[in-house]
Amino acid sequence: MANATMMGPPAETQPATGVYNGKVGMWIFLGSEVMFFTALIGSYIILRFAHPEQWATPGQALNIPVTAVNTFLLICSSVTMVKAFAAIQDGDQKGLRMWLVATVLIGATFVSVQVYEYVHLAHLGLLPSGYREGSDLANAAASGVAWKAGPALPAAVGLYGTTFYTMTGFHGFHVTMGVLCMAFVTWKAFNGKYTVADHRGVEVIGLYWHFVDLVWIILFTIVYLM
Amino acid sequence: MATTAAVVDHATHAHADDRSFIRKYIFSTDHKIIGIQFGLMSLVFLALGGTLAMMIRWQLGFPGKPMPLGSLLPETMAAGGIMLPEFYVALVTMHGTIMVFFAIMPLLMGLFGNFLIPLKIGAPDMAFPRINMASFWIAVSAGVLMMAGFFVEGGHAGAGWTGYAPLSARPDLSGVSLGQELWCLSLIILGLASILGATNYITTVINMRAPGMTWFRLPLSIWALFIASILVLLAIPILSGAAIMLLFDQTIGTNFFNPATGGQPLLWQHLFWYFGHPEVYILILPAMGFVSDVLACGSRKPVFGYHSMIYAIISIGFLGWIVWGHHMFQSGMNPTLGMTFTISTLLIAVPSAIKVFNWMGTMWRGSIHFTTPVLHAVGFVAMFTIGGLSGVFMSSTPVDIYIHDTYFIVAHLHYVLFGGSLFGLFAAITFWYPKMFGRMMNEFWGKVHFWLTMVFYNAVFWPMHDIGVHGHMRRIYDPSQYDFLKPLAPVNTFISISAFLLFATQGIFALNFIISWFKGEKAGRNPWKDTGLEWSTPSPAPHGNFEKTPTVYNAPYEFSVPGMAEDYLPQDQKADQSRAPAGAGH
Repeated sequence: MANATMMGPPAETQPATGVYNGKVGMWIFLGSEVMFFTALIGSYIILRFAHPEQWATPGQALNIPVTAVNTFLLICSSVTMVKAFAAIQDGDQKGLRMWLVATVLIGATFVSVQVYEYVHLAHLGLLPSGYREGSDLANAAASGVAWKAGPALPAAVGLYGTTFYTMTGFHGFHVTMGVLCMAFVTWKAFNGKYTVADHRGVEVIGLYWHFVDLVWIILFTIVYLM
Repeated sequence: MATTAAVVDHATHAHADDRSFIRKYIFSTDHKIIGIQFGLMSLVFLALGGTLAMMIRWQLGFPGKPMPLGSLLPETMAAGGIMLPEFYVALVTMHGTIMVFFAIMPLLMGLFGNFLIPLKIGAPDMAFPRINMASFWIAVSAGVLMMAGFFVEGGHAGAGWTGYAPLSARPDLSGVSLGQELWCLSLIILGLASILGATNYITTVINMRAPGMTWFRLPLSIWALFIASILVLLAIPILSGAAIMLLFDQTIGTNFFNPATGGQPLLWQHLFWYFGHPEVYILILPAMGFVSDVLACGSRKPVFGYHSMIYAIISIGFLGWIVWGHHMFQSGMNPTLGMTFTISTLLIAVPSAIKVFNWMGTMWRGSIHFTTPVLHAVGFVAMFTIGGLSGVFMSSTPVDIYIHDTYFIVAHLHYVLFGGSLFGLFAAITFWYPKMFGRMMNEFWGKVHFWLTMVFYNAVFWPMHDIGVHGHMRRIYDPSQYDFLKPLAPVNTFISISAFLLFATQGIFALNFIISWFKGEKAGRNPWKDTGLEWSTPSPAPHGNFEKTPTVYNAPYEFSVPGMAEDYLPQDQKADQSRAPAGAGH
């Protein structure tokens, strides 16, 4: 592996670190992404500690089983990504294409489920600004009755809706960008642009993909389960 | 070497110039062209930000009097030529925003980050030339959006360049909706350009140094740009995140900063300054690096304490992350926390002082050539020291509570941003101009520009300390409405007249810049007899930079090495074996 990944095209000067520019650059860029999600997650922590009463009990408003399946799918896409990378390391063009297509499809499925979830939630009554007036959730919260075998809903969920949509939305945006880039890599794979000696594009998009996957595991835990 | 290579160079690089005009000058992937593009864009914004400052000064110096040419402005900005308060706050906001984000930062990072890094480390181009090009055009679109705010209904953003919530988040409070949204959107887009640029610079410095260019042979300008790039990489996404939250508060009804629904206006301040203080060092570190290069060359001496300079840059970069609370002493901070931020802020004085003393040590007993760049560099050291010392006042909570949001703060930030960053930039522009355009800037007019700028600049900003301590508030529309400020009116008029003269003086620089481009004296490869790798290429350097990849043998500032025929030893020139300069490798 080491030999193959260190090799660049002849035009590129010998990298000082022995690692090609694209890989170094992606790691550096991911450092920036860490800070971006830190801003979102840090704000979430501050807002939630200031107003814990605005958060609904886990599972009351958000559908944990559906999102758990979605989370499982996204983790699977990291596996398919690794399989694609392993395939081209062995020079297996057919394997590369098959696993890349699988990754794109699973990524697109993840985003689709998230869109479905948003539409469903908005219909039920949770918006970025809080309850939608006249919706089921708003009425249940106003009457103060138990909701879905849990306690009564919070009287106001302004911060809950705000943080939920912003955090999951920006993660979804990152997955969408990843799917688009992955589709481009797949298209190049079908044109036979990757070889055993040089498959940097596959590795670089893989780094990004695993990062986005990792962020989701954190977000799923704190947004859905806590 | 210099004379023979010029012919060879022309032959080997002739094929590189078959690019069309558009590929060569508009959508170029050449780091030098992109750098110059950034430079020209930022100089236009610098002039624009200066114009806004002149309008602010008119209102403060002559409150309630019709502004010259004010009748050209629409009635929503200036009624009958007299500036409206809403327009005044938009001017203050946009002066800060434009100067920080569209003038100083792209001049330091966009122009010189691009132009210098590959040339000085011996690389043919950036690690990602196409991302580099994208970065510039993304920045241009951000600039267009920012300018569009002046022309929309409700006027431009008026919540200050710091955009404090809830004023910025609630159109019903400020009366500005679209202008403030464009402000957020523009900063988010500009942030993307900055992050792409920083990724590129860091990768390039890490991976593309020429053989022999070890970390401790890098010129201090490159060290400073490298550390500043890391700050950009990690600080800008915090601003992007905050600006996105603010934009959502304004547009889709989220509640991040809205206290009525449990949001936290203080959260905005924490996010903004957690970005904002590293940003302060993004705005000064590169200038410090350029000045170190210029002073060593101008004094014909190695930089005094080269290693301690690097450690000072790194410690400033690190400490910059743990001092943001000193912007918020007046925001209801626990005194214990305030004390913590006071101490961490005072700590920054240590590496800053190390740098100032090292610059003086560099000049000490050197044979200083007072060329225009060196004058600006010496001016930088003097003015930055004053700005640094007034910073020590503010870092102390009890003092800051008294002078917070007064003109003392305005004086301080202009002493470090104008006296510091801008003098550093003037030094850098006049120093590297021959490498950019192949011609020298006029020395006489360069010196006239320097001395007039130095005099008028101090006449503008020094009295601001005084009126600040007297209680003159920052961002105030009409000081004549307060009895205790009435005695200060003559000072304000003096400051304003000095400011107009300062602004007019910059015309000399602009003319010198433009005329020298076409008529300046032709520059050779190495007009300043400097040691950097960039001076071994032709002026201007061709696409691809070097005839062959240079090999580096020496530390960056080998001036006046005893026993050598010349008083400088370029980094890529092998010293006489018997006379290898001591400590060349360190």
